[in-house]
Amino acid sequence: MSQKNRLDGGLIDRSETYSFRFDSKYHKGHKGDTLASALLANGVRLMGRSFKYHRPRGVMTAGSEEPNAIVELREGARKEPNTRATTAELFDGLRAESQNRWPSLAFDAMAVNDLLSPFLTAGFYYKTFMWPAAFWEKLYEPIIRRAAGLGSLSTQDDPDSYDKGFLHCDILVIGGGPAGLAAALTAGESGARVILADEDFLIGGRLNLETYVLGETSGTDWACETTARLAAMPNVRVMPRTTVIGAFDHGIYGAVERVSDHLKVPEDGKPRQILWRVYSKRAILCAGATERPIVFENNDRPGIMQASAIRAYANRWATTPARQVAIFTNNDDGHRTATDLVAKGVEVVSVIDARIDAPTSSDYDVIAGGVIDQTWGRLGLTQIEVKMPRGGIRRIKCGALGVSGGWNPNVHLTCHQRRRPVWNEALSAFVPGGTMPVGMSVSGAANGVFSTHGALTSGAEAAKAALSDLGMTAKSPSLPKAEDAPVNITPFWHVKTAKRAWVDQQNDVTSKDIKLAHQENFRSVEHLKRYTTLGMATDQGKTSNIAGLAIMAEVAGKSIPEVGTTIFRPPYTPTAMGVFAGRAWGTATRPTRLTPSHKWAEEQGAVFTEAGLWLRAQWYPKPGEKNWRESCDREVLQTRRSVGICDVTSLGKIDVQGKDAAAFLNKVYCNGFAKLAIGKVRYGLMLREDGMVMDDGTAARMADDHFVVTTTTAHAVGVYRHMEFVHQCLWPDMDVQIISTTDAWAQFAVAGPNSRALLYKIVDAEFDLSNEAFPFMACSEVTICGGLRARLFRISFSGELAYEIAVPTRYGDALIRRLMAAGEEFDVVPYGLEALNVMRIEKGHATANELNGTTTALNLGMGRMVSKVKDSIGSIMSERPGLNEDDTLKLVGLKPVNPDHQVPAGAHLMTKGAKVNAVNDQGYVTSACYSPNLGHHIALGFLRTGDARMGEVIRLVSPLMGVDHDVEVVSAHFLDPEGDRLRA
Amino acid sequence: MHDLAPIHALGGADRRSDTEGDVTLTENLGLALASVAARRGHEAACRAHLGALLEGAAPEPGKTVLHDPEASFWMGPDQWMVGALFESHEDLAVQLKARFEETASITEQTDGWVCFDMRGDGVEAVMQLCCNLDIEQMQIGDATRTTIHYIGVYVLRRDPANWLRILGPRSSAGSLHHALTAAMKAAL
Repeated sequence: MSQKNRLDGGLIDRSETYSFRFDSKYHKGHKGDTLASALLANGVRLMGRSFKYHRPRGVMTAGSEEPNAIVELREGARKEPNTRATTAELFDGLRAESQNRWPSLAFDAMAVNDLLSPFLTAGFYYKTFMWPAAFWEKLYEPIIRRAAGLGSLSTQDDPDSYDKGFLHCDILVIGGGPAGLAAALTAGESGARVILADEDFLIGGRLNLETYVLGETSGTDWACETTARLAAMPNVRVMPRTTVIGAFDHGIYGAVERVSDHLKVPEDGKPRQILWRVYSKRAILCAGATERPIVFENNDRPGIMQASAIRAYANRWATTPARQVAIFTNNDDGHRTATDLVAKGVEVVSVIDARIDAPTSSDYDVIAGGVIDQTWGRLGLTQIEVKMPRGGIRRIKCGALGVSGGWNPNVHLTCHQRRRPVWNEALSAFVPGGTMPVGMSVSGAANGVFSTHGALTSGAEAAKAALSDLGMTAKSPSLPKAEDAPVNITPFWHVKTAKRAWVDQQNDVTSKDIKLAHQENFRSVEHLKRYTTLGMATDQGKTSNIAGLAIMAEVAGKSIPEVGTTIFRPPYTPTAMGVFAGRAWGTATRPTRLTPSHKWAEEQGAVFTEAGLWLRAQWYPKPGEKNWRESCDREVLQTRRSVGICDVTSLGKIDVQGKDAAAFLNKVYCNGFAKLAIGKVRYGLMLREDGMVMDDGTAARMADDHFVVTTTTAHAVGVYRHMEFVHQCLWPDMDVQIISTTDAWAQFAVAGPNSRALLYKIVDAEFDLSNEAFPFMACSEVTICGGLRARLFRISFSGELAYEIAVPTRYGDALIRRLMAAGEEFDVVPYGLEALNVMRIEKGHATANELNGTTTALNLGMGRMVSKVKDSIGSIMSERPGLNEDDTLKLVGLKPVNPDHQVPAGAHLMTKGAKVNAVNDQGYVTSACYSPNLGHHIALGFLRTGDARMGEVIRLVSPLMGVDHDVEVVSAHFLDPEGDRLRA
Repeated sequence: MHDLAPIHALGGADRRSDTEGDVTLTENLGLALASVAARRGHEAACRAHLGALLEGAAPEPGKTVLHDPEASFWMGPDQWMVGALFESHEDLAVQLKARFEETASITEQTDGWVCFDMRGDGVEAVMQLCCNLDIEQMQIGDATRTTIHYIGVYVLRRDPANWLRILGPRSSAGSLHHALTAAMKAAL
């Protein structure tokens, strides 16, 4: 019969019936059900198998603290393991599978572990699987790996989108129960900007789970009306399905909004979840409390639940786990469940109250002073055995047992910044400690105020105090009268005679494990946690931590507060990794920067590579070319033979102006810039404060007070930041203004013997490009193509006669096309990063490979560039003796003795005949390529005293790559060492 | 007159416009930009020139002055961005240098930026998925620097209040456009 355990009433919408599947069976439920409530309604108590012992388990709670009923929800790529059935909103077509069992939930072969339990106690893996050592990797580990873990992943990419968002408010109210609603109402009506967040899809907290009367209406109706009132206020944002996962610095909270999890699939374009960063001036934590169980023999059978959960299921979800229910309690609250069940027509077979002075009732039988001695029913509770106060055992048949050991305020967020809660003897619970995270206050059950009246008034008071703090006048909303029952509890943590009793049900930690931990001297609460794994499962010990502490306290002869709590950390409940990433995954992990010629390059079929955030053309394959080397070699040969064009926009461009611009650059560069003539460019070397080379580039003097500085692509941002620091902190009195212009100008290198001829066709006629008028290292503002403003620099990275021409970026696309068209008569070739790199290695120019953060100007052969007639950053420190030893590394060229050999980067240079070790290491290769101009591989590298070892044959080794052959030390300037081509 | 044809930051020949719900995101192609940084000892004079240009006062920190044809927003201590219509002010940097002379350093910034105008009821919900600006508190005439999906941008609130102007680095125009349109689809 469908939904055989349905009751009347509840807050479910019977007009909407949903069909869903759990394991291989189909069931029906209604809108407003959770997966757990719908399963219970269908008479399903068995929902999972425990982690270690594979014991049959059922749902224990009605909230996010659930340890047992965790399932794999949804199918295919959206499948998510370890989803709590208690918080999964039912939707039509929902699919869920139980976890950690094979072949089925009812018959799980791994339950054999339960028989092996004496060998599987806490920490067993520290004492077993040791011998023989060889068996570990091939046998033990794979077996353990297969057996361990709870759910399984789909291993497919998550198809959903997640967003990250930012909200601002005066007051963040965390939790929408009576305390939170009263706080939000008070703050909202006073005009403050309020955010009210609750993890549930229905705001109201316990008001929706109890049968309270508030004033003239039911708790449920009051919650509903109040929520509607709040939602209608323009200054209040009500956020259901939103868990505040953590309290971070400065009043910032993380909140995960489940936008689409209650739908089969998210709507097109909508995210599955949003991670909100909430910037609050004040926050009021109204997170309520969680009921804790009592530990007794076989207390983990399906059907044994929190007493408050049983009445929640009855009141809100109109369902019961069984038609005959017993209660085991140590406080008055357990009796509330009995009363509510009786009102719903469920038989309460007995209330076993551990207190000798327990209250009696005419509606149900009370055994005062009794305790549970044993339970029966492997796949679902069938019977309990009660040790009677005057001796003897009474057997009671029942299908469910509600357990109430008291309530734990949800203090977690007050402790996220390494604070600790304090013990409250009267409540037998931890409550928030003295200092809170900045701006936070606590009210309601989270603060140990358990009555509804107490929650309402403390919520309103907290809001008034927060408003007053913010300089706002508080209006007192009218709050209804509500119950104000006192807490009546006698501590009772566990039945001492129990042999197998569960404390942490998700990680299968028993009371025996805790005693074992104490015996083996793991006594601090943090060691207890890690040795036993108590509190380390996905439920973070929400229903087990305190009982565990209490047992440890007893065994250790301490008080509970002396044992203390472990550190609380975000997130409050398990959070999808995807929501932390937001949109930043795959290619969107970081922004992409495209060069002005990108579109044109794509049309040419260019192959792109990432250079930092930039996409740069690596080579431009022509039809028929079989590999990148063919393209690269062609581009190199053609550029040196005639003319080539390369987009060099990505290199940093920094505009430096002001009366002291030259003096400023003189500080930043180690070589001299003060006397650079207008219309000239100079290569510059920038040192770090410690004397190491930071970056190199050029500075072009466009006017007395105007330089254009270039940097490497990779270091553009770093150099700009460095220059800002220098200006703001080191020489704030200098009159210099700096701003980036990297993106603003499209810049192309035009290189090769025909580069001047090509540029004559582009640059307007009034500008004299002859070698006399525009020599090597000249620069000027020019116009091109009939008047477009441009900048021309005669600099060369390739070693050829070369220029760089810059135009405002929007014209970059047109310029490359014009250059290619104009260059057709010269067989112009576009060249990419590979060819650029080959040419600069052939020429001996350093790049980031050589400027690797450990090299000095001296290493680079530029020692004399560090001017000693002026002070500049790094100059003094570069004089340290350690950086100037006789045998210091020097930049050299290397070529293989056997022309068929390569000279790979990263390989090391060893003295011939010596052992290959660090002591005999003479240096290393930094850059390598095949030189089509020379017909063999070449490289640049650092070699001790390299400048004095020209012609020496030395051994090149790379044990990693299996390289071991001879190379010859040569000048780093393989081609045109005199620079004749440059100066043509 | 030169004969080189410009292309837009998003690489197209036509202006890009995207609509979601009541909000439209349009690439603004007609903006010329130049930065103005006061030179040392000339801060007051520079500020006075800028005020004269805007027929009022230079923008204060976090503010923009939405004058016609030139508008300006604050970028840093004694530093501002000036914007005007590209059609009439392609040589904005040159025009400004003539006005400010030795009191300020001027750089052409036009093609360093892509400009998006986001207009319509709902821009606030979109921005809440983009950056940590308190967009609900942002007034007409506010201009501030922030990041959207790791891209440094300036956000200006224009008149009417449901008009936001977003300036981002031109080379990342595609990434910024993608971030904004995804947020529009998600929020609206």
